[in-house]
Amino acid sequence: MKYLDEFRGGPLARRLAAEIRAAATRPWTLMEVCGGQTHSILRYGLHQLLPREVELVHGPGCPVCVTPLELIDKALAIAARPEVIFCSFGDMLRVPGSGKDLFRVRAEGGDVRVVYSPLDALKLAQRHPDREVVFFGIGFETTGPANAMAVRLAKQQGVRNFSMLVSQVMAPPAMEAVLAAPGNRVQAFLAAGHVCAVMGCAAYPPLAQRYGVPVVVTGFEPADLLSGILRAVRQLERGEAFVENAYERAVRWEGNPEARRVLAEVFEVTDRSWRGIGVIPRSGWRLAAAYREFDAEVRFDVGRLQTQESPLCHSGAVLQGALKPPQCPAFGRECTPRTPLGATMVSSEGACAAYYRYGDFVPAGSVAASA
Amino acid sequence: MEWTCPVPLRDYPTIVMGHGAGGQLSAELIEHLFLPAFRNPALEALADAAVLPPPGGPLVFSTDAFVVRPLFFPGGSVGELAVNGTVNDLAMAGAVPLYLSAAFILEEGLPLETLGRVVDRMAEAARRAGVQIVTGDTKVVERGHGDGCFIATTGVGVLRKGVDLSPAAVRPGDVILCSGYVGDHGMAVMSVREGLEFDTPLQSDCQPLHTLAAAILEDPGPVRVLRDPTRGGLASALHEIARKSNVGLLVEETAIPVRPEVRAACELLGLDPLHVANEGKLIAVVAPEAADAALARMRRHPAGEDAAIIGQATAAHPGVVALRTAVSATRVLDMIFGEQLPRIC
Repeated sequence: MKYLDEFRGGPLARRLAAEIRAAATRPWTLMEVCGGQTHSILRYGLHQLLPREVELVHGPGCPVCVTPLELIDKALAIAARPEVIFCSFGDMLRVPGSGKDLFRVRAEGGDVRVVYSPLDALKLAQRHPDREVVFFGIGFETTGPANAMAVRLAKQQGVRNFSMLVSQVMAPPAMEAVLAAPGNRVQAFLAAGHVCAVMGCAAYPPLAQRYGVPVVVTGFEPADLLSGILRAVRQLERGEAFVENAYERAVRWEGNPEARRVLAEVFEVTDRSWRGIGVIPRSGWRLAAAYREFDAEVRFDVGRLQTQESPLCHSGAVLQGALKPPQCPAFGRECTPRTPLGATMVSSEGACAAYYRYGDFVPAGSVAASA
Repeated sequence: MEWTCPVPLRDYPTIVMGHGAGGQLSAELIEHLFLPAFRNPALEALADAAVLPPPGGPLVFSTDAFVVRPLFFPGGSVGELAVNGTVNDLAMAGAVPLYLSAAFILEEGLPLETLGRVVDRMAEAARRAGVQIVTGDTKVVERGHGDGCFIATTGVGVLRKGVDLSPAAVRPGDVILCSGYVGDHGMAVMSVREGLEFDTPLQSDCQPLHTLAAAILEDPGPVRVLRDPTRGGLASALHEIARKSNVGLLVEETAIPVRPEVRAACELLGLDPLHVANEGKLIAVVAPEAADAALARMRRHPAGEDAAIIGQATAAHPGVVALRTAVSATRVLDMIFGEQLPRIC
């Protein structure tokens, strides 16, 4: 962990924060794209170190949060079938569908299991040839390669009782949707470092040019985030807008070619519906024709589902940076981690969950004293 | 430790329903397995209830159930947990632990050898903790209706003289001490389950804390409260103290001892070490003037050699636990909601 500690320590973070304070002369609004970055910011209290001029708004990069309600309802219906072992990342279990969640399905007798990798689900399928093992393959470009690999192995090894319910999405189209939305306030992006580690940076120069926004590829530790913010603020102050890599220790410009090759082989680009946001063209993946037999939506006909979103939930506005969680009328009242109305309140990368967990708690004087 | 099956039990290498039926097989299990391991005069009577001498002070009474999976993990087993868990609950109340009961819920098909090893571990843990297992019960459930071996223990002890511990006694300015590295138990169990391997394997911290508590309580007056941060980890224990005392607690993230390998495992699994269970650590809240002496007594004890002062009680935010982060910002220390790591104790 030595590799991380230096990016986590106080002295470097405080020095970067001082540089940001010196650089910022006007108000700027920056969006960190990834929910992991949002949690890191709130977990370490980095926003407390920033000058008034720099405002962070939280982006759509939480895979659990943007998985559409219809797909969650499909997951609930598939998981309830007696022949199915339904495997998912733990976060997904408490995400509210229309009326219930996967925990409830499990309590009612469904075989729902938490796994840490799609390959664990594949092994489960090999151990239980008499059962149908379904993996809920959600995520951004970061989970894509492992999910693709699991499907490819299933085909190679003839594991016919394995399938995947796919909800794969991509960050750049969502960033463009944020910029194109009426009333957009975002002036610069902290791009999701791990997404770029897989996909590289080539998708971003057109965005930066077309919309005149700096895009700084940013990591997840305090010093990574502050360094990304500093570079974005410097570009904004100078009136520049280009793509910059502030996460060199993980990201190469071309990304990870091997991972991209597997993605391109197993998946094909498709329109995807984003929970709370709507359909974004060419914003996700589905299984390519050669792998369609492993698509759980094809294998299990769950009929037409009537989805119902809570009318009180504003997670769409939160995911697009238009609303901060505490500004939502339901936040902390009708909507808590115990009684979530939207996925942003339960996901470990959800902005509402981050605000609820870490509060916004600044005792008088503590920031000035430590700065 | 090798376990050899006693001759009369060899006809049944696995647990069968009859071992819990109260007949011949039950009697053989008691006579040849439990009694030799736990032997003491109160148990030897093999009556429905143990008759115990008067304790000479207020009784302290606690119960707990243990359903860990896997049954054996690096640094312990369900056997040690079942003894130490209840011993520590008594110790945190300021008691000298004296007697335990043990109820076993066994799954049909459990290898007798596995039960034998669990019972041996329990017996050894009881000797180490200075308690006697004086009564018990065994039930067997059909295959598929249990998970090998569940154990419930109940314990009684006698309150130490001059000790009066309560979270309600915590006052602003009091100092929070932690007896050592947090998160070891939960991550040791998780790393076995998830197949995580480290250069130095993670070991559970499962151990009795009654003598460490006794060392802290040598000067009982300034000690406000003791807690062992088991399920929910350090965060939950601190929250409970803050809530019951209606005093704020402020802890320093960088002062809390966490082993690098525990931090690494947490990183991989997306967990926070402050939420992960411990089975051999305690936190003590003491009056400020007594903090250094209490810390010195803890560090002289083998179970407290890595003890540290991790924070302080404050009037600033009553009932709230705040954490000063590595970058010197302050946030609420969150508590886990519901299940984080199932079946770790």
